[in-house]
Amino acid sequence: MRAHLLARLLISPSALLILVCVYGYIAFTFYLSFTPSTLLPQYELTGGASYKRLVGLENWSVALSNLWVFASLYIGFALVLGLGLAILIDQKIRAESAFRSIFLYPMALSFIVTGTAWKWLLDPGVGLERSVHMFGWTSFSFSWIKDSELAIYCVVIAAVWQTSGFVMAMFLAGLRGVDSEQVNAARVDGAKTWQIYLRIIIPQLGPVFVSAFVILCHMAVKSYDLVIALTNGGPGRSTWLPSVFMYQYTFTRNEMAVGAASAVLMLIAIGVVVLPYLYNEMNKAKHG
Amino acid sequence: MKKSIAMLTAAMAIAFPAAAQKNVEVLHFWTSGGEAAALGVLKSNLEKQGIKWNDMPVAGGGGEQAMTALRARVTSGNPPSAVLLMGYDLVDWANQGVLADLNPLAAKEGWDKVVPAAVQRFTKQNGKWIAAPLAVHSINWVWANKAVLEKAGVTAEPKTWDEFIAAAEKVQKAGFIALAHGGQPWQEATVFDSVVLATGGAEFYRKAFVELDSKALSSPTMLKVFQRMGQLRKLVDKDFSGRDWNVASGMVITGKAGFQIMGDWAKGEFSNAQKTPGKDYTCFPVPGTQGSVVFLSNQFAMFKVGADKADAQTKMASASLDPAVQSAFNVLKGAVPARTDVSDAAFDICGKRAMKELAQSNKANTLVGSIAHGHASPTAVKNAFYDVITRHFNGQLDDAKAVAAMVSASKS
Repeated sequence: MRAHLLARLLISPSALLILVCVYGYIAFTFYLSFTPSTLLPQYELTGGASYKRLVGLENWSVALSNLWVFASLYIGFALVLGLGLAILIDQKIRAESAFRSIFLYPMALSFIVTGTAWKWLLDPGVGLERSVHMFGWTSFSFSWIKDSELAIYCVVIAAVWQTSGFVMAMFLAGLRGVDSEQVNAARVDGAKTWQIYLRIIIPQLGPVFVSAFVILCHMAVKSYDLVIALTNGGPGRSTWLPSVFMYQYTFTRNEMAVGAASAVLMLIAIGVVVLPYLYNEMNKAKHG
Repeated sequence: MKKSIAMLTAAMAIAFPAAAQKNVEVLHFWTSGGEAAALGVLKSNLEKQGIKWNDMPVAGGGGEQAMTALRARVTSGNPPSAVLLMGYDLVDWANQGVLADLNPLAAKEGWDKVVPAAVQRFTKQNGKWIAAPLAVHSINWVWANKAVLEKAGVTAEPKTWDEFIAAAEKVQKAGFIALAHGGQPWQEATVFDSVVLATGGAEFYRKAFVELDSKALSSPTMLKVFQRMGQLRKLVDKDFSGRDWNVASGMVITGKAGFQIMGDWAKGEFSNAQKTPGKDYTCFPVPGTQGSVVFLSNQFAMFKVGADKADAQTKMASASLDPAVQSAFNVLKGAVPARTDVSDAAFDICGKRAMKELAQSNKANTLVGSIAHGHASPTAVKNAFYDVITRHFNGQLDDAKAVAAMVSASKS
């Protein structure tokens, strides 16, 4: 398919910008990770010393294990909740569009706002715990956000709250695309509603699952603003994610090479998930 | 990445002012009320000399964003005239060879004689003056609410560590929060500065944290330091983590808490709340650190600029050390002058006391740079120490493990 000259001309500035500002700088970061850069970029190549240092750092392993906990819970809960909400809304209820908007609305907020709001909500001194105390249930305690072991779950709660509405919208679109003939046939055969969902509808949502999973995956890996607003990496260093590590080491600890190395590893991690998906989609577009 | 591009373009936009008038471009992160007012002193002094002040404030108290902006400017070969820098950042930037040489001016005005040697350790690199020191903050201060102490039956200023702990426990028993503290790594490290000095003295402090001597770092003294941090941990309230330092000061001001261990910038909060030192609150050195001071100094590092800007830059450096400017500036900033020959007439009792402590410790060689604020060890090591201190304070490391972790952190 040959594009017109005008179309190419129109698209070339943004293509050029993306080439330089995205891919050019990815290459630059990759290059920096093999240099001894500290405060300012340095350009002589010294091999993979920064990677060696990176994998030996305790902060990095903390960040990785946090990411593992965060990503698996976040993706799991967001998918389950999203699907659940979508199925409930799919029951031909009244005021469907109102509910849709309500559940989708958190997505319109930035993570900074979500993080700040949840920080207040979860803070035992001003938030949920205090409100429940004021209603008279004084033995109620909910101070996860102040606990090094549990704070990461607070990040999960806020992130799931933000995203599950969006996942719901994806599933809802998928549900609307399911062939109603099959469903009606099943009804005639006397299948119960839950059986219809479990056996007929959900198995057809495979592609939506994959899309949602890929989107959530890269959101999990690049989560930064939420953690900064919610816990600022604390208590202690207990809610560091790789992105927090990257920023800290590159911009505040004068270890640019180590920061760049961590950024490269994060990019590879996202690439492993996203590239097969993109490849698949491209093939579909070609043959579809 | 994207951000730095934006900074770079913004920086370029600022970089070519149309005015032919002499000017200095100043990059700093002093955006809070008291800080901005203090800076106004220097600004108006320069404006009287016909030098225009191009303000380049980058918000963010720790100056992280400011450093990002600075990197972009220096990399593009167009640095600001003056940049607010602290501690080892000065060493790092000096090593990049991008700072100006202020030696002629320093010799003319006799800076060597009046600026404390411990401060010169940062403002002079490789024998060259590269920065003009404006203020010295001391870190090892306790701020106490007098009414709370009276109610708790604490009558005398504690002179030793044990007396301090006993007093704090009294406050706790009386139903107040004993120690107002915000659980952020830098705040824990700030308290840690004082505890090290109170426990091991200036000699040990320097050996362990400036020379990074493994023997000192793994000594019983170090274990005792962490035990004392543990004592303090029992004195804070349960919701301490993530709280900002000024909120913690507010707890002392409003009588929720008895004590706060914090640098002398906390005084600004008390002054803003219309509280009088000696009447509503008291300030005293952290018990056990009398006669020694942990300091951090604020200075403007002067970058190499073109000949058209150099003259204004020199005038700014000179004005920064002008005794009248030093006095007025530091009264507003809550710090003390960076030269030891300034009169203390304009300062309140806390300020007078701080100036006396600074002069004494300078003479006795017990003036040590802050670990927490990057005046003791390089940035990477400082942050590795932060990690250990904050993890220990949050109960993720026991005392012995923390000592071992400090030794490995010193090798970062």
